[in-house]
Amino acid sequence: MISFKSFLLASCATALISSAAWAADPIKIGVIAEAQSVAGSSIAPAAQLAAEEINAKGGVDGRKIEIVVYDNHSSSAESVRAFQRAVSEDKVNAVIASYISEVVLALEPWAGRLKTLMITPGAASDVITQNIAKNYDQLKYTFHGYLTSTSLAGLVCDAAKDLLVEPYKMKTAVIMSEDAAWTTPLDAGYEKCLPEIGLKVVDHIRMSPDTTDFTPIFNKIEGLKPDVMITGISHVGTQPTVQWKSQQVPIPMFGISSQATNSTFWKDTNGAVEGVMFNAVSGPGVAVTPKTLPFVDAYQKKFGNVPSYAGYTSYDEVYMIADAIHRAGGTDPDKMVEAMEATDYVGTIGRIAFKPKGDPNPHALRTGKGYITGLMLQWQAGKQVNVWPKELAAGTATWPSFIKLKAASN
Amino acid sequence: MLFWQILIDGFAISALYALGATGFTLIFGVSGVLNLSHGAIMVGAAVAAWAAAGELGVGPYTGALIGVVAGLVLAFATYFIAVRPIQRSKAIAESEKEIFILTATLLWGIIIQEAIAYFFTNNAKTVLPIVEGVTTVFGVRTPRNEYFTAVICWVAIGLLWLLVNRTRRGKSVMAASMNPRGVTLLGIELSSIYLTVWAIYGLLAGVAGILLGMFLGVSSYSVGPLTASAFSIVVLGGLGSVSGSLIAAYVVGYLETATAYLISPAYRTIPALLLLVVVMYLRPQGLFGRR
Repeated sequence: MISFKSFLLASCATALISSAAWAADPIKIGVIAEAQSVAGSSIAPAAQLAAEEINAKGGVDGRKIEIVVYDNHSSSAESVRAFQRAVSEDKVNAVIASYISEVVLALEPWAGRLKTLMITPGAASDVITQNIAKNYDQLKYTFHGYLTSTSLAGLVCDAAKDLLVEPYKMKTAVIMSEDAAWTTPLDAGYEKCLPEIGLKVVDHIRMSPDTTDFTPIFNKIEGLKPDVMITGISHVGTQPTVQWKSQQVPIPMFGISSQATNSTFWKDTNGAVEGVMFNAVSGPGVAVTPKTLPFVDAYQKKFGNVPSYAGYTSYDEVYMIADAIHRAGGTDPDKMVEAMEATDYVGTIGRIAFKPKGDPNPHALRTGKGYITGLMLQWQAGKQVNVWPKELAAGTATWPSFIKLKAASN
Repeated sequence: MLFWQILIDGFAISALYALGATGFTLIFGVSGVLNLSHGAIMVGAAVAAWAAAGELGVGPYTGALIGVVAGLVLAFATYFIAVRPIQRSKAIAESEKEIFILTATLLWGIIIQEAIAYFFTNNAKTVLPIVEGVTTVFGVRTPRNEYFTAVICWVAIGLLWLLVNRTRRGKSVMAASMNPRGVTLLGIELSSIYLTVWAIYGLLAGVAGILLGMFLGVSSYSVGPLTASAFSIVVLGGLGSVSGSLIAAYVVGYLETATAYLISPAYRTIPALLLLVVVMYLRPQGLFGRR
């Protein structure tokens, strides 16, 4: 019966889709995200876009995908309530949740208790997957669909070696990061990998995410005379960037600056972001995979702006969940987990596969050659230009006039 | 070097605090209203200036002007939506009106805050600076915009002083703050005085918000801390005392700046809050309070 209906559906797809004649119950995917923040606001629309594309091609085994959106107002408590409602009232089969590590860490035990597959498109803390390693049977329902902080630190160091140490003979760095769950492993990663590429860490500044006046921080950093500031910022972004420019702090900013990945950041900072270099999994005009640019075009056409980094991953995650349900032959949670673990999918940010049970970070993305390598973008004259890795680069690094590069002229 | 740095940075921040708190204390002095939507009005003005410059591409001057107008509009909206209906209500007992207005302005502020977050996201915005570049004085490299901020703040405060002391309208405002009953007996409509005060307040809060947006940047998250800082400055200086607020603004501004430089930026606000607690114990009417 079901197969007959799905055959019918496939044969006259468009006519039937508009009249919503679907084979069976829809597959429901809950999206719990931060509608009011730039990074989080792309999560739900991107998931919606993926669902529409999948539905237009007949859904998953004849079942329509429905996205149910919950705004969590960046709060862990509201996210937990939304998760409970999603599972018990709205009967979702899987949840895509948040770009904030604290939120995902709060939801992780609930995904286990309610046996509901959950994947995050943007949180970074390594603790998410370390928890899975400690208590696999209970927490196996959580997947980490974005890079862990340790992977991010490694990618930043790889890029710093090629972009800073080799051309400019840089020797010293100050780590400047915001005090949050995701930066603890990030900073540990930086502390370890920066010396390995030849950058001595002269100081490590963790600032409160409530900071509004960064003058004392920049003042202190400048006094230490490092060659570069290695950043780990996501909750803050506009203010340190604008004050860096307005105070003309002569040291480059390089590293993770999540807000800089968003296309509106130039406008938010009135162009102060010129010259800032930041890690990203995707960039405008960069064809990381054949799916990247078509996704960006479709998103832009539909919503009028460019997705944030968590938009790319959220879009991929709907496809991955759909694919897992197809392979699992239904929405049994344990079978879905098994199918997700076997994911080998080329998405918009690279080839996606999860680390297996037994790894210190099970269900984290595989990174490195052949999987996800990341990019280093730089804001140049209002545009995000990819400068690393070389094979995907669209331009070369340039610096604002107030930046003093010691060895640049050598 | 560090001394000069603290002196210069502290001066600019304090001037901004002073301007923000002046309007707040004026409203309280004249009409007894503690306007807890203060931070929201400042942020609203800054975001309007940002949006005008960014979305419409009107340049820094027109953008700032639009921001000031937004501050004025928000101030009047606060008065007509949240304050006046309660002041005129017959259903609410006189003795309870103060607490009703306090609650109403708090909620109104939250409405503005959420609206800003909804339409413009909660990420921080910075207003296009009118003056760019840096100047080095005493070996301290400071953005010219910081000096500009301090100058505009003091010009605005000076104009307010002239208005209150040299014009008829201003004098009646001053009189109303001392004895509202007496002013009505002289045949001056209190309601028109209120309108004047809210207009002055809107301009001051608007200018302060825009300058803050240029200097440090604002987001919908700044609403609470801005209201709290204006409130504590005004309480420290003495509720209703404009000169007390000015002095308290400098005490708080320098205490915060010195803490940020000498101890850690993370503890910036703590000593000022401790001072507030101590003053509350020893001199509950504030340093220069009359009430």
